[in-house]
Amino acid sequence: MRLRKRLRQAGVYAVLVGILIFAIFPFLWTFVISVTDSGSVTTGRTVYDFPASLLPARVTLANFVTVFQTYPALGRAFLNSVIISGLSVLGTLIVSSLAAYPLARNDFWGKAAVFSLIIATLVLPTETSFLVNMLTLAKLRQLPVVGELLGVGSYLGVVLPTLSTAFGIFLMRQAFLTIPGSLLEAARMDGATELQVLRRIMLPLAKPSLAALAIFTLVGTWNSYFWPSIALTGAQDKLPLAVEMLKLKGAFNDNIFNTAAGAMIMMLPILLLFVFAQKHFMRGLDGAVK
Amino acid sequence: MSTPTLNSAGKKRGRALGVTLSSYLFLLPALVLLFVFTVYPVLYGSYLGFTKYTALQFGTGQPPQWIGLENFRTLAGDDLFRIGLANSLKYLLVVPVLQIASLAVAVLVNRSLPGITFFRAAYYIPVITSVSLAAVMWDWIYNKDGTLNWFLKSLHILGQNANISWLLNPDTAFWAIMFVTFWRGFGYYMVLYLAGLQSIPAELEEAATLDGASRAQTFWRVTVPLMKPTILLCSLLSTLSALRVLDEIIVFTNGTGGPLNSTYTALLYVYKKSFGGLDFNYGLASAAGLVVAVLALGLSIINFRYFRDASVRA
Repeated sequence: MRLRKRLRQAGVYAVLVGILIFAIFPFLWTFVISVTDSGSVTTGRTVYDFPASLLPARVTLANFVTVFQTYPALGRAFLNSVIISGLSVLGTLIVSSLAAYPLARNDFWGKAAVFSLIIATLVLPTETSFLVNMLTLAKLRQLPVVGELLGVGSYLGVVLPTLSTAFGIFLMRQAFLTIPGSLLEAARMDGATELQVLRRIMLPLAKPSLAALAIFTLVGTWNSYFWPSIALTGAQDKLPLAVEMLKLKGAFNDNIFNTAAGAMIMMLPILLLFVFAQKHFMRGLDGAVK
Repeated sequence: MSTPTLNSAGKKRGRALGVTLSSYLFLLPALVLLFVFTVYPVLYGSYLGFTKYTALQFGTGQPPQWIGLENFRTLAGDDLFRIGLANSLKYLLVVPVLQIASLAVAVLVNRSLPGITFFRAAYYIPVITSVSLAAVMWDWIYNKDGTLNWFLKSLHILGQNANISWLLNPDTAFWAIMFVTFWRGFGYYMVLYLAGLQSIPAELEEAATLDGASRAQTFWRVTVPLMKPTILLCSLLSTLSALRVLDEIIVFTNGTGGPLNSTYTALLYVYKKSFGGLDFNYGLASAAGLVVAVLALGLSIINFRYFRDASVRA
């Protein structure tokens, strides 16, 4: 009986490992290529000489340096990704918290209708939204003074359409609903303004949800390819890593070591975030379901 | 005595008005952005589908010109759109495979074994991988010297001299891209299913086992019926995203939908007709988007019907 249980467990682990290899093989392979010394791969024996190439003859970090030297746009793209993701996270947290607070904590005229409308945007057919949003950005671009900051080819142009989402507002509303009402009443009695209540009481107590929303937004914008690639039309110097990545692949078709290094550079921040803040990932996802 | 009452009523009304005002002030940024970038595009985009509207008109400030169903007639006669629509529908084949696999993996990892949280987390990594990064990495697996050919050769599925370029072959490119969708999706649905599984009270499954039900019986008669809401949600989400597939096609084919249009999808048509090509025909692109939207609505209704009926039967 005990032996059967052991065998059964061994079988489960075998399947688990099989799926694990399927899930992470592309990363392992990319990682190996990125640290392979391109000089050690002699003619006739390429990096594709699988499986021997899984154990590179010589390991090096040089590819991570050469890729920046031969493809200077990469450093710029990294910075762009940081800027775009940073603005998105900050904006989403502010916009969602501001909207969620009255929806969770105030009784006001039209509350139910506003909340239903926000939730209803979840089921809108957004197939062609990118088209109209591009036209909107192009119009914004023609505005005097602020046009260059908001329109096509600007950081804010990429970010603005993504800030306000039913998901973010809903997640923050749920968080605010769980905060005891007595805390609010006490603060209001003491003459705190609504903004002070939000900043001093609600937000500190809703930290886990804020973190979940921040991570969710960060990963989404860091990885987003299509929208930035069209919203930044004509602004090569503002393209994020996700867009620049494909050009890198095209530029180094014959030097996959550099491309692999670039790929690792793009993946690493998200991977580290995932390792250290795993519970928030799942939390955000749970929030999306409920 | 009446004066103070009036006074406090007035105060109350004043306070209520103040609360309403401040509430809307807080809501203002979210509502404005939501309207301008989420609601308005759907309304205006639907309208554009019935108009002639090109980059030239947009550039010179001329308004869209109402032409009724003309765009839809053009679409009906356009082979490329038909191919796109057919491919988008064909992409739905990923849905059942993805859902069954994700549910199976969720059941597998829904047990307390040493190290199980590590496996759960690792399976989620493809989900947090950018589609453009996936394109870079999978290219090394799919190209003619890549690891997929090596793998199939070592299993003797492929002959030793076979060298397939999976993404450049019109017979395989579509399935190769779909497989990456599967790879990037199964961890996501696994987590959703896992949440569903863990919300089922353990007593229910224990009771079934005590009544002499086998593991399989317990799974099909107790677990699956209770999972219906999660299954509906997941199949709906994955149906909609399969029908709307675009990013994968652009990054894997450099926006061509090739080889030989074998990966050309309906939303790629929308993209090509608007910004990704030389047409800049916003009216026609919007009309094509409307067709996809109507299909998406139809498929959502079928999903709801199917799973509601299924749960009634169970």
